[in-house]
Amino acid sequence: MSLVRADSLTKTYRSGGVEVEAIKNVEFAIEPASFVAFVGPSGSGKTTLLNMIGCLDRPTSGRLEVLDTDISALDRRAAARFRGQHLGFVFQDFNLIPVLTAYENIEYPLIMVQDWSPQKRRERVSRLLEAVGMADQAGKRPDQMSGGQKQRVAVARALVSDTQLVLADEPTANLDHETAHLIIALMKRMRDEFGTTFVFSTHDPKVMSEAEVTFMVEDGRIVSGGREVAHA
Amino acid sequence: MLDVLKIASRNLSRYRRRTFLTLLLIIIGMVAVVLFVAVTGSFKAMMVGQITDSVLGHLEVHRKGYVASIDNLPLNLNMQPRAMAKVEEALGQLHAVETFSPRVKLGAMFSNFVETTSIRVNGIDPAREAATVPLLPGRMLEGRKEGPLVDKGEILVPVLLARGMKTKVGDTVVLVATNRDGSVNGKTFVVRGVLESISGPGGRDGYIHIDDARALLRMQELEVSEVAIRLKDASRLAQVDARLTDALGAVTNEEGKPVLEVHTWADLSPFANLARMIDVMTVFIKVLLVSIVLVSVMNVMIMAVYERIREIGTISAMGTQPRRILSLFLSEGLLLGLIGTAASTLVSLAAIYALNAWSITFSFGTQQNLVLAPRIAASEVAAIAAMVVGVAAAASLQPAWKASRLDPITALRHV
Repeated sequence: MSLVRADSLTKTYRSGGVEVEAIKNVEFAIEPASFVAFVGPSGSGKTTLLNMIGCLDRPTSGRLEVLDTDISALDRRAAARFRGQHLGFVFQDFNLIPVLTAYENIEYPLIMVQDWSPQKRRERVSRLLEAVGMADQAGKRPDQMSGGQKQRVAVARALVSDTQLVLADEPTANLDHETAHLIIALMKRMRDEFGTTFVFSTHDPKVMSEAEVTFMVEDGRIVSGGREVAHA
Repeated sequence: MLDVLKIASRNLSRYRRRTFLTLLLIIIGMVAVVLFVAVTGSFKAMMVGQITDSVLGHLEVHRKGYVASIDNLPLNLNMQPRAMAKVEEALGQLHAVETFSPRVKLGAMFSNFVETTSIRVNGIDPAREAATVPLLPGRMLEGRKEGPLVDKGEILVPVLLARGMKTKVGDTVVLVATNRDGSVNGKTFVVRGVLESISGPGGRDGYIHIDDARALLRMQELEVSEVAIRLKDASRLAQVDARLTDALGAVTNEEGKPVLEVHTWADLSPFANLARMIDVMTVFIKVLLVSIVLVSVMNVMIMAVYERIREIGTISAMGTQPRRILSLFLSEGLLLGLIGTAASTLVSLAAIYALNAWSITFSFGTQQNLVLAPRIAASEVAAIAAMVVGVAAAASLQPAWKASRLDPITALRHV
């Protein structure tokens, strides 16, 4: 059974009295524990697709099921609850909370969303810090970390709530090639270790080649995809 | 919730200068209010104390209509023995009453055999009067202070009158009074002492023994013009007033109408208006404090939300419920209020201690070198503190609400 399934998915925005069709009648499916990339130029609709999968935005028409839930039917609170329970996010600009340490940033969703006990939180955060190789940097604040370290913390934060699906919008755009490669490798390793599905967007061909499944997005349409990419 | 408070405190420390300036505004505002309340409260308490403990007592009982005509000191509105017995019975049942003093008041001509002037005379029971208005003996500027306040055949003369009439202690003077039937009577008195004047009613009052007053007026019965009452605890004034009014309401004339009325010192003294003015000014100052806290906290919270829109988008994307975001920003406002209040309370108490140690003196009426002793009840400090904390939380409500309603996508796109 697919983790994400889109049928005739359309998203239309109204901007200055003009209707803009950002996503046009798209269909795709994402399987559990897969490593998926939406690839395309800026403005092609990748972020809109990720936003809809992440329950941050609602389709104008069509059906989008994530973890067997029709996300069109979720109101604001239910969508927030769904995100908190099942989804994780990694952002291009890392979006860590500047006043919190690496440890506290990872712990943040467990406090604000999950309400876990301190003991359970400690165990989970420590495990994630180990997993992303940041255990010795736990006390550092974002302004004391490199871009790669920040993104490692962001990946750990996305996974901390026993997440089933991590959505990463251009997670390597602000990183150099070497660090970008390391982050993609980390995400893949996390997928292997935790069984979490990773879906990310990119326009970088080198990063794209790391994905196991890619969807090419152009002008709001998936022009090709769902195929396994042969690894070098 | 503790975790949210911890994060909120970190957020406040993120913009140290802004947080410090906001706290400074709260501290200045609250310290100003606490000091104002403490100083004016002290002044008011002293002023009220001077009036109640020197002249009026806390409460007075009169025959109905007497106070309305008090300038004439109407003898036909004195309380008769039967009514007085009811008053004594009612007062005896009130445990809050410490003591009371019956008075016979009259207007008379005061003569030193050379000149004549008018005088308001209080016929008093010296022991009971001294117990009811304990500052009265202390007002004696000249004369014999030992023994009863005034013996039969003696008179205490107000200083203004004594100076005007060139009357000294030991001089013999004559009081001439007209009784309720219109006949005139005179009686000689020896000046026992000269009383310091006090502003307001009583400034030109002389004192003689109550038996002398009755003799001068040729009273057939033991009539009383008023009963001054001293309470054990002045703060229970309103409660005792109500109970006494209720009890004396049962004393009626043949037409079934009450014959007695109870007045508090505030009903009888023009200085009550000054006391009320102080209360109004205190309210005004408190409103000013509310405005300062409201504007400063709201300003800092609006800025905080504006500067952290992307952060709000991030935590919202993580699945944080709007009410949790609301509570985070409310906590920041609340913490500002709590920290500001704690610091303000410490500074205020230190300032009050310093003012007391400094012993600032001032004058009230003819009284000089009264020491300003600012003090404030713990309950008053608690009320002001609660107001500051409440206003700080209320001021952060709108920005917090706005933060909680932000669309995550819009917030994440914010630059």
